Amino acid sequence: MTTTPTSEFAPRARRGAIAQSVVDSLVVARRNLIRMIRIPEMVIFGLIQPIMFVVLFTYVFGGSIKVGGTISPQAYREFLMAGIFAQTVTFATAGAGAGIADDMHKGLIDRFRSLPMARGAVLTGRTLADLVQTALTLVVLAGVALIVGWRTHENIGKVLLGFLLLLLLGYAFSWIGALIGLIVRTPEAATSGGLIWLFPLTFISNAFVDANQMPAFLRHIAEWNPFSATVQACRELFGNLPPGFVTPDAWPMRHPILASVIWSVVILVVFRTLAVRKYRSATA
Amino acid sequence: MPGAIYAEGLVKTFGDVRALDGVDLDVPEGTVLGLLGPNGAGKTTAVRVLTTLLRPDSGQAVVAGVDVLKYPNEVRRSIGLSGQFAAVDEYLTGRENLRMVGQLYQMSGRDAKKRADQLLERFNLADAADRTAKTYSGGMRRRLDLAAALVVSPPVMFMDEPTTGLDPRNRQQLWEVIQDLVAGGTTLLLTTQYLEEADHLAHDICVIDHGKVIARGTSDQLKARTGGERVEVVVHQSDQIEPARSVLAAYGKGEIAVSPHTRKLTVPVTGGAKLLAEVIRDLDTRGVEIDDIGLRRPTLDDVFISLTGHAAEQAKADEAGPTEADRGRKESER
Repeated sequence: MTTTPTSEFAPRARRGAIAQSVVDSLVVARRNLIRMIRIPEMVIFGLIQPIMFVVLFTYVFGGSIKVGGTISPQAYREFLMAGIFAQTVTFATAGAGAGIADDMHKGLIDRFRSLPMARGAVLTGRTLADLVQTALTLVVLAGVALIVGWRTHENIGKVLLGFLLLLLLGYAFSWIGALIGLIVRTPEAATSGGLIWLFPLTFISNAFVDANQMPAFLRHIAEWNPFSATVQACRELFGNLPPGFVTPDAWPMRHPILASVIWSVVILVVFRTLAVRKYRSATA
Repeated sequence: MPGAIYAEGLVKTFGDVRALDGVDLDVPEGTVLGLLGPNGAGKTTAVRVLTTLLRPDSGQAVVAGVDVLKYPNEVRRSIGLSGQFAAVDEYLTGRENLRMVGQLYQMSGRDAKKRADQLLERFNLADAADRTAKTYSGGMRRRLDLAAALVVSPPVMFMDEPTTGLDPRNRQQLWEVIQDLVAGGTTLLLTTQYLEEADHLAHDICVIDHGKVIARGTSDQLKARTGGERVEVVVHQSDQIEPARSVLAAYGKGEIAVSPHTRKLTVPVTGGAKLLAEVIRDLDTRGVEIDDIGLRRPTLDDVFISLTGHAAEQAKADEAGPTEADRGRKESER
């Protein structure tokens, strides 16, 4: 019969759907990690921008921005870091987008789609590899932050929980990038398409300034911005809320940890669903 | 019983363009179908539908005994696809590329490694196995891409313009690989713009244009349909054109075409090699000195032009490799 393969190297009998999904995702993640090692400049450039932000904001704005009740370089330094960390993890969006667009462009997505793989594995593998890169970036960035004088004032468990929230946010955002990569077709477009909207999103938030001092209309946006919830949660978990800080009344600011998790999970589920659907009909 | 690749009434539209406009195909097990047509004829769309990458608007397809639309993932277990671009990861080594594909076919890590080594050997890539594919030449990338399509020795293979852009030596090598595969029982659907390639590799040929199959049959059947053979003579000097014409008039079955610049005369004949020998003797007797003479059977190029009204490469002038340029020159001489 036509269905009998002609060698010992036939595809195996089906694994369970979940097991296959996990294995396939890990195979693709491994491939993307190998690429990162072979193109280290991508990782390095990904680090330079946040390090520059840490240094510039700390020394240029540090002495003149009022957070909470005070203008103090040390208070701003500690206030700032959660914001920069959160902004950095969302930049994973651009990496995922450019990677997927490149795979589309080179015909690799066609190859993957012609294989008997689990449906979402190509995208999951990519986003998992980006998660590893994000984690590495955070480690380096936290080191730089410590050097310029950032300190945490809570126990290690809370601090780690803060970093977990950051990773979850970054993972959720990389799915937005995956969708962008499938839509735009060229890596260049995916990079800029993955970044431009991140600037207003991360600046109209509590990341770099105390949102309490914004005009009312901007303040409401900032308080409900998904991104702000994670920043606020990290500030609490790191013990970095400035002296005299008044917690806003908005619900996400009152319950930032829960809000951060909810926002990230919602973004993850929505964009994963959209991206996997788009992947199934993707055309180079 | 339907063949290893079977399609009926495939239709796919992109906006106003009917990329496939009711395509039927039937490829018996163990044979090669050459899908021939100019750019934009619908060849790639047909391959994409049959390899589960694209859903047709209507029609049905069965590959390796499995319904493509109902059980795409089952079909994917039985097919190999080698596309127009060498779809390999250029930052992975040859070995890593093949291992990854093996694992994605759900082989164990060990089997995937063993199979990768076998294929690297077979495709003459063993020396380059641990270099990244970025460092490979175009021919090597194509071979790696083809190896990736063969990881599970699929019973049904699809190759979309496998030799486009390759130099003649690499093309020849790839042809040999393809012939080996088919000798091993693989069913193959091959798209190409090179009529020579279809002539060389395919048992059956399907000519497709504007999303429709406009002719099908063996290469010989298609040529016979287009018309018979011709004798072509190039005389040494212009003043010998007239004597040559009178000789050919006695043997020809139609109008004699004369091209004064190239001193070439062409006439339709029947009678094959025996007749050619007589023509040569007769020309010699009359003292006509000839530079070149030959019996010319119609090529698939002639078939193509007579079917579609244009040459296969016309739509592709912007992508002229050396062989295409040669062919282009031949076209313009006629």
